[in-house]
Amino acid sequence: MAIKIRAKAQDGVTTVKTLMNHEMETGLRKDSKTGEKIPAHHITEVTAEHNGKLVMTANWGGAISKNPYLSFKFKGGASGDKIKVSWVDNKGGSDSTEASIS
Amino acid sequence: MNSLRRKFIKTATFVGVAATTIGTGVLIPQRVLGAYVKAAFDAKDVNGALMASLGSDQHSASDAIKLKAPDIAENGAVVPITVSADMGNIDSIAIISTGNVSPLTSTYNLTPACEPFISTRIKMAKTSDVIAVVKADGKLYSTSKEVKVTIGGCGG
Repeated sequence: MAIKIRAKAQDGVTTVKTLMNHEMETGLRKDSKTGEKIPAHHITEVTAEHNGKLVMTANWGGAISKNPYLSFKFKGGASGDKIKVSWVDNKGGSDSTEASIS
Repeated sequence: MNSLRRKFIKTATFVGVAATTIGTGVLIPQRVLGAYVKAAFDAKDVNGALMASLGSDQHSASDAIKLKAPDIAENGAVVPITVSADMGNIDSIAIISTGNVSPLTSTYNLTPACEPFISTRIKMAKTSDVIAVVKADGKLYSTSKEVKVTIGGCGG
């Protein structure tokens, strides 16, 4: 359930790439056997912090692909700094991982 | 003695109320920055989604926004999208897929530390336009690109 984070600082800009494990169910699909709608289950909010300071938040609907990929960039950041990425979903699930800038 | 006690209670209540007020005052801006607006993601049209997420549905086309998306997506479930912008004071970016039942796929709130860059993968129901909307200095700017979605993955 962990979030994969890769962060690299170059020329004063840190690029962060993240991969999360989540089914990202839209709520529109139907179960092929029973014909019943599969309830929506997707990440609603992603937050990213650099050394404890908020950098970015993302709000997602069900139209983000399964096992979401997200990349963003911010000014500053140095090797060894902490990057923390967290998410919460519409069913109250959550995950959070901390990594260092390489 | 009793009046002293009254005074103490009064002061305590006042301090309590003041603390609560200050507390909410500090909390509200943070909530707004990361708030998940369900109505925006439930909206069935582009304007409704923009109104609910970015506070306006008026957006003007801008060359300063770069939207990278494939011409043809063989798998509509995984369409890579990259948005970058050559603008200052950007506070949010929204990615819209006009052919989806609910067009708004995602919004991003960028702090001033952020570079205007977001890359992700979205689901597209059918061939349609992808619109990247950037909110900078309180105004909305957009750029769009048509992505052909071929279901079945034959590459046609």
